[in-house]
Amino acid sequence: MSLRPPMVEVRGARKSFGAVEVLKGIDLSVERGQIVAIIGPSGSGKSTLLRSINHLESLNGGEVWLDGVQVNQPLHGQAFERHINKVRQQMGMVFQHFNLFPHLTVIENITMGPVILKGMPKAEARALALALLSKVGLADKIDAYPSRLSGGQKQRVAIARALAMQPKVMLFDEATSALDPELVDEVNAVMKQLAAEHMTMLIVTHEMRFAGEVADRVLFMDGGVVVEEGPPADIFRAPQKERTRTFLKKYLSA
Amino acid sequence: MQGLDFTIVAPYWDLLLTGAWWTALLTVSAGALSFVFGILFAVTVLYAPLIVAYPVRVFMWVFMGTPLLLQLFLIYFGLVQIGIDIPALAAGIVGLGLHFAVYNADVIRAGIVAVDVGQTEGARSIGFGKWQTLRYVVIPQAIRNTAPPIGSNLIALLKESSIVSVIGIAELVHSAQQAISETFRPFEFYITAAALYYILNLVLEAGLRRFERNVEVSR
Repeated sequence: MSLRPPMVEVRGARKSFGAVEVLKGIDLSVERGQIVAIIGPSGSGKSTLLRSINHLESLNGGEVWLDGVQVNQPLHGQAFERHINKVRQQMGMVFQHFNLFPHLTVIENITMGPVILKGMPKAEARALALALLSKVGLADKIDAYPSRLSGGQKQRVAIARALAMQPKVMLFDEATSALDPELVDEVNAVMKQLAAEHMTMLIVTHEMRFAGEVADRVLFMDGGVVVEEGPPADIFRAPQKERTRTFLKKYLSA
Repeated sequence: MQGLDFTIVAPYWDLLLTGAWWTALLTVSAGALSFVFGILFAVTVLYAPLIVAYPVRVFMWVFMGTPLLLQLFLIYFGLVQIGIDIPALAAGIVGLGLHFAVYNADVIRAGIVAVDVGQTEGARSIGFGKWQTLRYVVIPQAIRNTAPPIGSNLIALLKESSIVSVIGIAELVHSAQQAISETFRPFEFYITAAALYYILNLVLEAGLRRFERNVEVSR
């Protein structure tokens, strides 16, 4: 057991956009089944960190590992393309703006990955998609187009789409930030259900209460570094760093 | 002055319908060619290495900057000189198809660029490769979003297809001219030909509207 590598490991991650360094050497290790919430002000680098885990951003320095395989391997051209496509199949990503494919129905959105990338027979993919849609409470929407869904419904379909690839880890990039407040809970409920099933998750969020309820560990980032990390009870009730205290005060009073 | 007498058209009706049929065939085949090559040119210009993209761009400038008539002459009469003998119908289809492919490519290129980057990220995050993302996610949306201007190009192609009469393809204008040369009644035959073009266009437009309506729900 102890010989198994962490599910996600980030070592010395550095990333600059032009002259601005947004990640200044981040280390992070996530065990299997662990849920890590990443909080911090806008521009702290938390989304960039999450996006570099599945290489939507390429790091300028440092390493990312998924289950013992290096994600940002020093390969080039087609070799890297093949490698990263394989790795990404094992990581589900959920975006702030859903990014569902509007020209496909709900079920097509979900079955597309397994059918095309894994060569899963259509009937099997359909059954899988139906099961996932039931799980997120949208079994009645299989043939709807995304444009007919509410934001909360879209995000639940997006989660089902990511789960259809049977990923080892789920990355949530402010999954509820674009939603009307009354739609947030239905998405949070799905995420809590995944947590109960011991899915490994990294959650970038602005919702401190949700982070406190669901996370095993909370990372507070600011200015491209991890300022403080620990169990939610410690971070939220007894933050050690001044920067964390001022951030949380602003959030909890808002 | 001659009076108008449309009964003169009756004996030539079969000839005109055959002409209309050839016009329809030209439109469908050149239209398909212009669509496929429109996508191909657009993708090449956007994503291919410069050594491939640049010649395609030059080709597009040349085809956009010179008259279709000249292009047809070049393909049909000019290429023979260097040993490439293309039958008239094929020359007409290729000429029309490539000419309108350039216009379609311009529209589709803009359509591809306009597809939200989140769509690409969504597809890539699932594990789709660059080309798979283009094929399954970006291009289908670009085509849907640019269906109206592509449709206009197709309607223009239907009308412009009359120009291939000059290289001897027996399409609608060519048939009308043949009838006129035997009857010396240009007015009746040109009007009839115009009416047939109009009907063909109505059919085409109905088809395009149907496509756009189907696409509407999936936007």
